Amino acid sequence: MIEAAIWNKKDLLGLEYLTREEIEFILNTADSFKEVTTREIKKVPALRGKTVVNLFYEPSTRTRISFELAAKRLSADVINISTETSSVKKGETLIDTGKNIEALKADIIVIRHSYSGAAMMLAKSLGISVVNAGDGWHEHPTQALLDIFTLREKLGRIEGLNVSIVGDIAHSRVARSNIWGLTKLGAKVTVCAPRMLIPPGIEEMGAAVTSNIDEALKNADAVNVLRMQFERDEQNAFPKQMEYFKKFGITEERLAKAKKNIIVMHPGPINRGIEMSSEVADCPQSVILEQVTNGIAVRMAVLFLVSQAHDIKNENTD
Amino acid sequence: MKILIKNGRVVDPANNLDDIRDILVEGARISKVAKDITFAADETIDASGKIVAPGLIDMHVHLREPGREDKETVLTGTMAALKGGFTTILAMPNTQPAIDSIENVNLLKDIIRETARANVLIAAAITRARIGEEITDAAKLKKEGVIAVSDDGSSVESREVFFKAMKKAKEARVLVICHSEDKALSASGVVNQGAVSTRLGLRGISNESEYKRVQRDIQLAEKTKCTIHIAHVSCAESVEIIAKAKKKGVKVSAETCPHYFTLTEEAARGYDTNMKMNPPLRSRKDKDAIIQGLKKGILDAISSDHAPHTVSEKEIEFDRAEFGATGLETELAVSVTELIGKGVLDWSDLVVRMSVNPSRILGIDKGSLTTGKAADIVIIDPDKEWIVEKGGFVSKSKNSPFIGMKLKGLVEYTICAGKIAYKAGQ
Repeated sequence: MIEAAIWNKKDLLGLEYLTREEIEFILNTADSFKEVTTREIKKVPALRGKTVVNLFYEPSTRTRISFELAAKRLSADVINISTETSSVKKGETLIDTGKNIEALKADIIVIRHSYSGAAMMLAKSLGISVVNAGDGWHEHPTQALLDIFTLREKLGRIEGLNVSIVGDIAHSRVARSNIWGLTKLGAKVTVCAPRMLIPPGIEEMGAAVTSNIDEALKNADAVNVLRMQFERDEQNAFPKQMEYFKKFGITEERLAKAKKNIIVMHPGPINRGIEMSSEVADCPQSVILEQVTNGIAVRMAVLFLVSQAHDIKNENTD
Repeated sequence: MKILIKNGRVVDPANNLDDIRDILVEGARISKVAKDITFAADETIDASGKIVAPGLIDMHVHLREPGREDKETVLTGTMAALKGGFTTILAMPNTQPAIDSIENVNLLKDIIRETARANVLIAAAITRARIGEEITDAAKLKKEGVIAVSDDGSSVESREVFFKAMKKAKEARVLVICHSEDKALSASGVVNQGAVSTRLGLRGISNESEYKRVQRDIQLAEKTKCTIHIAHVSCAESVEIIAKAKKKGVKVSAETCPHYFTLTEEAARGYDTNMKMNPPLRSRKDKDAIIQGLKKGILDAISSDHAPHTVSEKEIEFDRAEFGATGLETELAVSVTELIGKGVLDWSDLVVRMSVNPSRILGIDKGSLTTGKAADIVIIDPDKEWIVEKGGFVSKSKNSPFIGMKLKGLVEYTICAGKIAYKAGQ
């Protein structure tokens, strides 16, 4: 099979670990699944008989629903486990939980975890597929894939684009995954944040750094605005909300000085009036809701590909 | 018991010796070191092609007993020591309870008397329960046999408390071993701060958190004239600060560990919790500075910081896993491979850093093969290659960062107080 030659990974753990060809292959696969989501009957039998377990150790509504819908549209059975209902609180280790799910003959675990590296640890311990739905500050690969998918759909390419990512870079898995994915596909990435929210050595991942929002917007073809998670500010490192909006918030005035058709993205949920003004959130260049729609197609592609790679591997070893 | 060791390359830098000699052991002592000894011994060991050196001394070992016998015991820890070529180790006091009173010293002494297979020396805590407040009585502890004090695992946070503790230790002539870490700076970090921590999305531990505290501890030693030893040096700035202090005449010695001159932060890239230690694996630049520090003798000793942990404390999320690695069984071979193999040190230099200097720093009568001294001897096959395997450890714990690594140098015999305490393959 041709696909197997390009995609042979049982897991999706991060975009750092993928080649340009593999990323493009996911995006192309997502293209054909997007067509499915526009049909009247939005379901295909690609994962019929398979079980997808959403194992969420962190509260998440949109990512979980997106994965759930993606799995259902592929005709998979879906089980949702969240920290409130699991044995996590009884002290079971992550690996033991994973092994139990494997013993129940599930095929794919979609994991969201507050600790960086949790998805990789699980993937190394299990034979079944693991998809990272966000681990700590490390990676959130499907979010970046859907951001890149949306951008590619809007502008027809990624190569040569200037993309700025604005917000709390230090604590953002979305930023890291976007930097890996975009730079691998040939975009120029600039990150923009208050100095204390720029992690050391981020340049070595291929991103330019600025703390000046106007500079970040100046040549940008797209700006990806991250949610400021003030509720997670343990060390009081963040500037105050109003001060942040004044210095880094995306407003119509700031956009007026940028490229005319600059695309505005946000992984959601938006803090209106903090990262961006309400007007910007709803402006014609905003693709925020399209990102949500595309998320399903991208996650369908990911679930389909990891499941197929797992099955092919098992055939070969039998 | 009389043991004759024939034709070995005897590396005994304390006596300026690196040549082929025979060694005769009678009872617990070395009775003769000479060429071509003929003697009807109970056991004759052919050491041709082997290195014969004074028993190695590791001045930084966590034996975990009393309190955490699931991780390690005095018995299993000393068995691991012997397998690694060590005849003497210094047990750190961060047990449960901490070794912070005469009562607890005696508790540990009883365990050692009953179960230890090698010489175990005792370090007591600097402060009660190692919480940095109430200073222990170094003079009284010394009378019970304690040879150093340390709050290892924690730094004495208060400058004032540590000043007083050093003054007391100075009066009692007890060595102070410093775990130099500014917890306000290292905070909840888990890997070295820099490009790797950023990539991994993990909290970083800066070099600053170490070297600023090294600087403070040295300042206090200078003021109090106390003799101090800096434990587990990991970064370039610390090496520089220690070098300057030595030049100035401050009574300071220092150690580093095999992982700091062998591995870098890059090893944590796969979230392998065996690569999680405190201080963390640093950058390549730091690793190079540590190697230079060892070469120049700024870092006096190599120690393992042997830190055994159970599987359930390590096979969990990186953030939640315990800090530390086992080291006794790999320390010599890693040093041979990385330092001798790469031309940094010769055999005499290595024996100085793994036996002569630790002995001098601790003020014990060991680290040589002088006639009449205790027969603590290690016989090493310098060329034997082996691969570190998880199943191969005699320590209770298997949390080694060197699993899978091919190493050179294998301990064939460890003779402790005149007895063959370890023989390879048995």
